[in-house]
Amino acid sequence: MKKFTARIDKERLILALAAPVLAVVAALVVTALVILATGKDPFAAFSDMLSYGSASDSQIYILNKATTYYLAGIAVAIGFRMNLFNIGVDGQYRMAAFFAAVVGGALSLPGIVQIPLMIATAMLVGAMWAGIAGILKVTRGVSEVISTIMLNAIATAVIGYLMQPGRLGQLDDAGTLVSTKPLPKSSWFFSIDTGPAGVLWGFFVIAALAGLAYWFVLGRTRFGFDLRAVGQSESAASASGVSVKKMIATSMIISGAMAGLIGMPTLLNDSHMYSNDFPLGIGFTGIAIALLGRNHPVGIALGALLWGFLERTTNHLEFMGYDKEILGVIQGVIVLCVVIAYEVVRRYGLKRQQQRVGAELAAQAARSIKKEVTA
Amino acid sequence: MRRVTKIAASGIATAALALSVSACGSTSNEKDKATDGSSSSAGKNGVKVGVAYDVGGRGDHSFNDSAARGMDKAKAEFGGELKELTAKTTDTEADRVQRLTDLADAGYNPIVGIGYAYANSMKQVATKYPKLTFGIVDSVVDAKNVDNIVFTEEQGSYLAGVAAALKTKSHHVGFIGGVDVPLIKKFEAGFNQGVKDTDKSIKVDNQYLSHGSDTSGFASPDKGKAAAQGMLDKGADVIYSAAGSSGNGSIEAVNGKKGTWAIGVDSDQYNIASLAKYKSSILTSVVKNVDIGVYELVKSVHDGKPKVGTNTYALADGGVSLVTSGGFIDDIQVKIDAAKKKIIDGTVKVKTTP
Repeated sequence: MKKFTARIDKERLILALAAPVLAVVAALVVTALVILATGKDPFAAFSDMLSYGSASDSQIYILNKATTYYLAGIAVAIGFRMNLFNIGVDGQYRMAAFFAAVVGGALSLPGIVQIPLMIATAMLVGAMWAGIAGILKVTRGVSEVISTIMLNAIATAVIGYLMQPGRLGQLDDAGTLVSTKPLPKSSWFFSIDTGPAGVLWGFFVIAALAGLAYWFVLGRTRFGFDLRAVGQSESAASASGVSVKKMIATSMIISGAMAGLIGMPTLLNDSHMYSNDFPLGIGFTGIAIALLGRNHPVGIALGALLWGFLERTTNHLEFMGYDKEILGVIQGVIVLCVVIAYEVVRRYGLKRQQQRVGAELAAQAARSIKKEVTA
Repeated sequence: MRRVTKIAASGIATAALALSVSACGSTSNEKDKATDGSSSSAGKNGVKVGVAYDVGGRGDHSFNDSAARGMDKAKAEFGGELKELTAKTTDTEADRVQRLTDLADAGYNPIVGIGYAYANSMKQVATKYPKLTFGIVDSVVDAKNVDNIVFTEEQGSYLAGVAAALKTKSHHVGFIGGVDVPLIKKFEAGFNQGVKDTDKSIKVDNQYLSHGSDTSGFASPDKGKAAAQGMLDKGADVIYSAAGSSGNGSIEAVNGKKGTWAIGVDSDQYNIASLAKYKSSILTSVVKNVDIGVYELVKSVHDGKPKVGTNTYALADGGVSLVTSGGFIDDIQVKIDAAKKKIIDGTVKVKTTP
């Protein structure tokens, strides 16, 4: 028996590794072809990416970027596990970061009080903004895809309205940049200065905790079980006594609260204010990363690191004279390859399993016939 | 299955982390220096100009392109090398700092940031590299080695307002802004003041295509067209749009109604090939000569006397102007020149906020 499980595990391990390996190889091949088509040498590009990406300052940059992307991936994945497509992560994190910045700029409490207060504000705002979509879905049956897309646009408009000089914004000296009031230095999040390599944002600790919480709540609690059950089959879940509506609203709110954290590394470790040039579109990056990481906390971390690596190294490719659009091509190709590769491997595994079961059944039948004959 | 994937995944993660730790020690800049020692000597003849564009980059037919024109002119004249990098919408402060630092480390001088988004990052980088000259368009950076290239958009827009007020028959004109950022509000403020100073009774409609950090209003001709159509339907007959490529849509809408005029922005839109079929409707354009600003910076570095401090390109020195291509405003030129004179000698002070 023990030997039997060992064999199965080995085969499954190979299958599990096959998908990402297949995806990466396919993505490399397609990207190489694209670079070739632009008349450049793909291998020189890859080796430049490797050498630049492994430099110490690149690694700090990648870790900083990945912190933000990891939170985005987790926020999206919470919805995915429940079959909810939360496209509104983008609007949720911007609303959250904006209000957190306003609260942070207005107060000057000791950091130990103010930082948690800002993070709580962000999570609350994100949760409320996502909650609107959740409530619309359970009470009126509005598709969360539509409502969250609309809420993204509304978030942009609300921030645009409030962030005006004289309301919650202020102009810089040149009269071209509007921002919220800068945070007092006491409420900057801790960071680690690594010398010439740059500054590592301390917020990665919070991101890691968020990942741990995600893993624990979804994998180890009754609530997580209910959530996944609703995701797999609403009717089965409600038959076993789970309130589907309550679960939808709750998971939307949790997803939004998590989305509220996305802007925090940038706000607390980097920009220290919300301005016109606050990064945009990270919610959509989160969708790609959740897909890449297969909604698994470790997978999402790898996806986020890969994304950071690609952004870092393709920035340098532009510097080396390659086309700047290559980043978009690589990212798109990787997501496609991952989705396709997992499906191909899943089908192959299913076929193998069927064959094996078929073979075993046939052998059993043959044995019983043989027995009859000998009897 | 789950346990195995988990073990495999954590194995990979550990390996990746181990790799990160082991590779620590040399930064990318040190690596770059190790690999190409020749690059610094290559730049001896001519100027090595590093440009960091705003989102959109070269080829946006608008703001970035006007800077690119200046760069091309400088390159043709002084030779040397031009390195162009472009911003992304997901950029954080760290990305912009890195972009400028990359250029500084590679020995580019001057380094020009196109757009106010580079203000904070340039301050950091310029302080770190005091021997290099930096330039920023549309913003002011408080550092000794930065050339702040700013324009008095409101003055050019004021003249556009005067022209609109003199040309309207319905006593009703319109302003379309791309995004309601402070920069575009300067255009709005100038235009409105120009109209009102000429004739108080004229009605002005002001409309923005997008808000806050949604910059789509600078690149959506369909939105520009819809907004202009709305104003035309309400009776406006001269429409000024400061909205990047969205303005093309507005010009198209105006061209569809007889007896109405469009006022262009940034470039002389009467002479733009892609707008040739609408040029009979383009009254004039408010031109903002970003190309002159960046060209002068490169030239000053080339001549060994780098331009620094705040350099305002105003109406007085042709930094902004109202063009006469097409000859549609020839009949009112006298009055426009009079208004221009008043601005230059300070009789009229144009507001920068509406």
